[in-house]
Amino acid sequence: MSLAQDARVAARPATMAQRAARTWPEINNPAAWVVAVILLIMPLIANGFFLIEIFASTLILGTMALSLMFLAGYGGMVSLMQLTIAGFSAYMVAVFGISGNANISLGWPWWLAVPMALALATAFGTLGGALAVRTEGIYTIMITLAIGAAFYYFTNQNWAIFNGHTGINTVATPHFWGVNWRADIPFYYVVLAVAALCYFAVEYLSRAPFGLALQGVRDNPRRMAALGFNVNAHRIAAYAFASFVAALAGVLQVWNYRQISPGSVSVGACIDVLIIAVVGGITRPIGPFIGALIFVLLRTFALDFLVRLGLDGNRFRLLIGLGFLAIVFWSSDGVIGLWQRWRQSQRRPAANQPGRGRGHG
Amino acid sequence: MSRFVERHPAWALIAIIAVAVALWLIFAVWPPGLEEAVGRKRVFLNAVFNGITLGGLYFLVASGFTLIFGLMRNVNLAHGSLYLFGGYVGYAISTATGSWVLSFIVAFILTALVGVLLQVIVFRRMEGQDLRQTMVTIGLSIVFADLMLWACGGDFYQVQTPNWLIGPVELPLITAIKSSGEPVYLRYPMVRLVIFAASVIIGVAMWLALNRTRIGMIIRAGVDDRDILAATGVRIQLVFVLVFAFGAGLAGIAGVVGGTFQSLSPGEDIRFLLASLVVVIVGGMGSIPGAALGALIIGLAEQLGSVYIPTYAIVVTFLIMVLVLAIRPQGLLARR
Repeated sequence: MSLAQDARVAARPATMAQRAARTWPEINNPAAWVVAVILLIMPLIANGFFLIEIFASTLILGTMALSLMFLAGYGGMVSLMQLTIAGFSAYMVAVFGISGNANISLGWPWWLAVPMALALATAFGTLGGALAVRTEGIYTIMITLAIGAAFYYFTNQNWAIFNGHTGINTVATPHFWGVNWRADIPFYYVVLAVAALCYFAVEYLSRAPFGLALQGVRDNPRRMAALGFNVNAHRIAAYAFASFVAALAGVLQVWNYRQISPGSVSVGACIDVLIIAVVGGITRPIGPFIGALIFVLLRTFALDFLVRLGLDGNRFRLLIGLGFLAIVFWSSDGVIGLWQRWRQSQRRPAANQPGRGRGHG
Repeated sequence: MSRFVERHPAWALIAIIAVAVALWLIFAVWPPGLEEAVGRKRVFLNAVFNGITLGGLYFLVASGFTLIFGLMRNVNLAHGSLYLFGGYVGYAISTATGSWVLSFIVAFILTALVGVLLQVIVFRRMEGQDLRQTMVTIGLSIVFADLMLWACGGDFYQVQTPNWLIGPVELPLITAIKSSGEPVYLRYPMVRLVIFAASVIIGVAMWLALNRTRIGMIIRAGVDDRDILAATGVRIQLVFVLVFAFGAGLAGIAGVVGGTFQSLSPGEDIRFLLASLVVVIVGGMGSIPGAALGALIIGLAEQLGSVYIPTYAIVVTFLIMVLVLAIRPQGLLARR
């Protein structure tokens, strides 16, 4: 349970939070403003490849991992089915909207298909969550993993709706007000807007009464039940919110690739989302985005990098796995935790030396 | 058993009727009406036998998984990787020496060694941190999967069945009556029956070892309360290493069995990890009889499903899991 324990420490400054509850923590942080400005003027800096393949992909994956971070960090529930929910929503966009597979797609306009997909995916995730909250801790991982796998095999075998292992291709993207929203720059801004919305929604919820109650449930469900909180209702509501976030990411995902197939909802991909969240750090909403950036950079450049070192370029997953292992071994709070520890060691270099090898004992 | 009947007479009656119907379906000659409605009896019997033997294979994988979980609270998500590793080792040995039995022994020893290394190097350092251990096993499974892909490539391998097991055997089960009045008996691959018998023997031996020996007593005590057991002076770390080695070794054996039944390729590790997950969720975490029951149910559901409702076979398995979670979240045979 070390992951949840460290989250507790991060959420500790309650007195400060009470005073500053109405303001956002980002307002007084110059680094946050710099990042925001860079993200906004990104299309001036980066060309199409970097804009979409790196930054838009990072934001989409980060949003998916954000939904996992919300569940794991604030609710103490590590759900491996967040990608499955995103994939379900992506499939629903393809099925209800317009695509190359005319015999399957219903041909609804995007402003009907997307809310439908969001609603269905949220319902799907909430149902799965209602099933998962019947158990706790590691059991949740197993059950959500089993749900994800069942969905993967189901999409592979079902031809009537999911079109088997070929999936659904050439999904139409929105086109209105004279703008092609899948063109590089507009799409980047759409993705950025959705990711920012989800980020601030999670940030807000974590300090709203619901989020505080959820963190209470994470730390001591029995005491919260004694205080009159409905523990399972809070957990299921958390699943519902996380499902909605994941569903939004799924819509962006299908617009990005313009196709969806069982390969995108495979078990490996489900685990990738967990890796992203854990590597970035699951105690704060910024973590998943950092993790996603690292993951996407590795995925894109590991091949060239490994070949330049004279190694086999196909060992990208080995690199990811080893990096994940290293992070889990040495920092329970991902890259953020490493950064914070480094900052603290800078601040008081002498006092830190003995505490170094403490680990998690 | 009798206590169960006393406490749930209605469920016991339903179970008895279900068993009676199943026995009738297996042993009786089907009337023509039934054959028209459901299909040939040979198909049904084959599906049942495939399901039971697949259940034997699932039991081999899942029993190690459930044993490790029961004692150490460690959800070893790298269990599928151990399965695949055992399979590859078995393939290498059987092609090199031509001996099928030897491949089992070597696969058991090597995967058990990997298990010992994992327990000593990795899991001992983070005892009691369930979630972190699970994360580590996920990382390990990724690393193992890629290392095995590196070493063995993406090809399909099949372990060669030895000569004395090739070919079908005739079972005293009538599938149909010819028009001449001559009964037709079921023919079924010998190797599958032998492997099933072996998995039953392993299961019974495990049950006996757990319930009748001193080390079994220690393990059962450890499942109930690890800390008190350690306080009584048992060298619990040694017990942990032994159990992890045995569970991993079982996965290795199952890998050779799976390589003989089906085939070995990247992706099989995840498939069998999920199968054992579903089996232990259905049967009850940490319970060996639960693993046996769960394996039987899942194996039968998968095979019967793939014959009678081919599109949704996987969904049937999943529905069983959902149903069990809804009615009895701790699993069918779990004590707590």
